Amino acid sequence: MQKIRTPYLLLLPGFAFLFTFFILPIINLAQTSTQTPLSGGDTGQYEQTYRFGNYIDAFVENKEQFGRSFVYALIATLLALAISYPLAYAIAFKSGKYKNFFLVLVVAPFFTSFILRTVAWKQILGEEGFVVPTLRTIGVISDSTTLTSTAFAVVMGMTYNFLPFMTLPLYASIDRIDPRTLEASGDLYANGFTTFRKVTLPLSMPGVVAGTLLTFIPAAGDYVNAAILGSPNTKMIGNVIESRYFKIVDYPTAAALSFTLMAAILILVTLYIRKAGTEELV
Amino acid sequence: MSKKIAEAKAPTISPILRFQRWFGRNLIRVYMFLAFTYLFIPVAYTFAFSFNDSGKSNLIWKGFTLDNWQNPCGAPEVCNALANSIKIGLLATIFSTILGTMIAFAIGRHKFRGRSTSNLLIFLPMATPEIVLGASLLSLFLVLHINPGFWPTVIAHVVFCISFVVVTVKARIASLDPRLEQAAMDLYANEFQTFRRVTLPLVAPGIAGAALLAFSLSFDDFIITNFNSGTVITFPKFVYTAAARGIPAQANVIASSMFFLALAIVIAGQILNRRKAR
Repeated sequence: MQKIRTPYLLLLPGFAFLFTFFILPIINLAQTSTQTPLSGGDTGQYEQTYRFGNYIDAFVENKEQFGRSFVYALIATLLALAISYPLAYAIAFKSGKYKNFFLVLVVAPFFTSFILRTVAWKQILGEEGFVVPTLRTIGVISDSTTLTSTAFAVVMGMTYNFLPFMTLPLYASIDRIDPRTLEASGDLYANGFTTFRKVTLPLSMPGVVAGTLLTFIPAAGDYVNAAILGSPNTKMIGNVIESRYFKIVDYPTAAALSFTLMAAILILVTLYIRKAGTEELV
Repeated sequence: MSKKIAEAKAPTISPILRFQRWFGRNLIRVYMFLAFTYLFIPVAYTFAFSFNDSGKSNLIWKGFTLDNWQNPCGAPEVCNALANSIKIGLLATIFSTILGTMIAFAIGRHKFRGRSTSNLLIFLPMATPEIVLGASLLSLFLVLHINPGFWPTVIAHVVFCISFVVVTVKARIASLDPRLEQAAMDLYANEFQTFRRVTLPLVAPGIAGAALLAFSLSFDDFIITNFNSGTVITFPKFVYTAAARGIPAQANVIASSMFFLALAIVIAGQILNRRKAR
């Protein structure tokens, strides 16, 4: 009797907490998203009218920012994957006894404030930094071209900030590969590329899936990079939600946008996991 | 002439193969160097500008000074923000580590009905974008007429830290050898004694790692904090709002100190682990 109850007793406090402060808020968000302004009330006062048209209005009004969020997040995820894969591979297979040291180095930049690092990029890529004048001198960019306040800067910032989320799961799954399988592949006359395509890559798929998810999800909802490194032309859906909440006090639209974002991400993630065929994640 | 002989002697080594060997030996090192340079550029920049004799806005290099390091509270709002971040971080770490560890033991050690649903409930907060977590909690607090502030921020941080604690501790529990606990039981230890003397000490490094992770997640969080903290200023929030009018160099001092402190803790942990392993 005692034994059957133990897991439930252990779960109770944590799940009660998550129910109150995670599930309830999401339900509440769904309710808020169908409210309309209280007639005769002040700004910021709303009543429940179950107006699902809020969703259509919110989407139509902000479809550009929605599209941008997903495109930026996708490019940043692919760039992070391209940068992280060789790095994770090198740490797992080519660094011998310095493995742990290099792993610490991957996480270390995390310990300096995320916002401060983003601001640092803004200054490095800005007019007073050293990158822009150098590129102008050697003629890569024209005198009128700037690097900050561009889509390039926003995507670069996101790639940078979420890179360890990609590298760590990739490392974890590449490190688990038995190097003898790679040797075996070589013994069977596969060249380096074939070995990679037929052995290394398939075996590291769980890491690729986990890494791309851990990068894509926060990137799609991010607004800090766009706020610091971007311009009004690079606004993402996060920026819209933030300003709806704080500047315009338009809670229903903000809620409808948040809910649409979450639903879109959940659908994409489910499709992706199905397609990639990994169930180890959860 | 000599080149021709060399080619004749080793006709099997094609230029492609030679390139591949070179690639295997050196390019990956060059690549690692470049990747780590990319990772550390902003960290180095932040550190360098902590020595800037900058005055109010730390944008352009104006000369070397140690003032900022000798007087990190020279910009008092920086230190207030830091104190808030540490308080919130410690509270969020304590609560999320306790709740998360209990859940990890339940899921990692027991088979029960609803186990996969529990796993899903743990995965969901991680799959929810921060802005949705922050916004939904704020809308709940608004409905309940609770003003955003210190405690709402702590609660919000616990929500997103719990899942990471569960995942970290669960991984440690999964790597335990069950025979150790069986051995304790065979030696007439009861369930509680086994847990306290065998299981808990073995899982402890996982719990410590989870607590460190929770603290660093909480300390560096901006988006969720921005939604739920009201007038309370945390360190990331201070940096974000100050970015428009110029960040005092003291913020660089604090960020750099945090960097070295965390690095020292991680390295000390590694050395400790290695000693234990011996």
